Amino acid sequence: MSDIPSELRFADSHEWVELLEDGLLRVGISDHAQEQLGDLVFVELPEEGAELTRGETCAVVESVKAASDIYAPVSGEIAAINEALNDSPETINNDPYGDGWLFTVKPCDESDLDELMDAEAYAQHISEG
Amino acid sequence: MPARTPLYDAHLEAGAKMVEFAGWELPIRYGSLVEEHQAVRQRAGMFDVSHMTVVDLQGCGARGALRRLLANDVDKIREPGQAIYGCMLDHSGGIIDDLITYRIEDDFYRLVVNAATREADLAWIREQLAEEDVEIVERDDLAMIAVQGPESVAHVVEVLGAQRVEQLKPFRSTSHGDFFIARTGYTGEDGCEIILPGDLAAPLWRKFIERGVVPCGLGARDSLRLEAGLNLYGQDMDTGTTPLESNIAWTVAFDPADRDFIGREALEAQRREGVSRKLTGLLFASGGIPRQGAAVHTPAGEGVVTSGGFGPTVERPVAMARIPVDVDGEVEVELRGRRLAARVVKLPFVRRGKPRDDLPLA
Repeated sequence: MSDIPSELRFADSHEWVELLEDGLLRVGISDHAQEQLGDLVFVELPEEGAELTRGETCAVVESVKAASDIYAPVSGEIAAINEALNDSPETINNDPYGDGWLFTVKPCDESDLDELMDAEAYAQHISEG
Repeated sequence: MPARTPLYDAHLEAGAKMVEFAGWELPIRYGSLVEEHQAVRQRAGMFDVSHMTVVDLQGCGARGALRRLLANDVDKIREPGQAIYGCMLDHSGGIIDDLITYRIEDDFYRLVVNAATREADLAWIREQLAEEDVEIVERDDLAMIAVQGPESVAHVVEVLGAQRVEQLKPFRSTSHGDFFIARTGYTGEDGCEIILPGDLAAPLWRKFIERGVVPCGLGARDSLRLEAGLNLYGQDMDTGTTPLESNIAWTVAFDPADRDFIGREALEAQRREGVSRKLTGLLFASGGIPRQGAAVHTPAGEGVVTSGGFGPTVERPVAMARIPVDVDGEVEVELRGRRLAARVVKLPFVRRGKPRDDLPLA
């Protein structure tokens, strides 16, 4: 059974979003997603300042076997990326909700958050496969 | 419904993530693919390879039939138990399958062929050997376990009480009661492939688990064979390629000149005219993982990645690619609209647990 922190919001494509105190949103992939992907060996992140459009590809994570797209869970502008992942992408496997975060976003429309699932709905979503 | 091997329940017990592969339901990994890979490079791991097709050829026409059917010459294996790797070709030299042939007795040979090509192989073999005095029996009653890694032989000796496996040279096999044990594999490491009655597979598998042999899935099997420079049929070669352009020219026995094997004429013509493509290794610094089908740009024209992935032992992306024959040095591989720099290197990437000494890893 995978870990689903109750304070986070989730996209159906398995990204999580955390609302930070300064109004920025931190984004990563869920424990379920990292477990499905297996050992991650490469991460391609957007650049700082890049514009994100909700639902569009904005990053790529690669396991030994396959590449998987990461979709922007909200629209906005990239505030910071987790540079440490370039050298140790396995951090996403080891700590998907902590040090394995991917990037932070300055959202352009906070109502995007309302479109995301809460922990309970996400648990339901992954149990339906 | 995909077929299940006799180890299906054991895989589920061990928490395997199952996938469909060549009509079979098999584990892709149990936990971490990288840990499974490292277990084989450093200690011992095992694979359920019961999906592979075992075909026994028996009769006084078997030897002659195989000398015509295979591009390698079974007359190179003189002693019972010896094995040989090679290809079965069509008339234009295209590879129908690659396989290992064991000489069990003088009139009794065992072929182990790929699961994905099972039907095409059997149809071809039956058609080509229709006039020969040879009985063709598919052994779907048998399972197969590959135990691989530097400590694997010690485990096999202990668990089966088969002392003579220790002295078994590579590409030799021996029978031990119900077990057929060969010093072969698909990982680049020392190891054994054990062919056994299906109902004995699960008890043996559990004995190996108790001794700490790590169960490994298709994912690690692929990363191990890629680093070891071993071709995967259907990706690195198929009926559209010949052994001469697939890095396995050494498996074609042109001598003796009067052995008329299927595909010989086509290969001789290709050898006379010279091959235009080669299958080689590509080594990457980083920047993404090359995947099968990616275009390779070289000064002499385009090529294609036939297998690509991350090599856990070389700790960087690696690929096999088919490129123009004279290309060496630096090339570029397409990845998501960008171009990754790669260096052409000889295969394999890894030999006996370690990256090859002369790989430019710095």
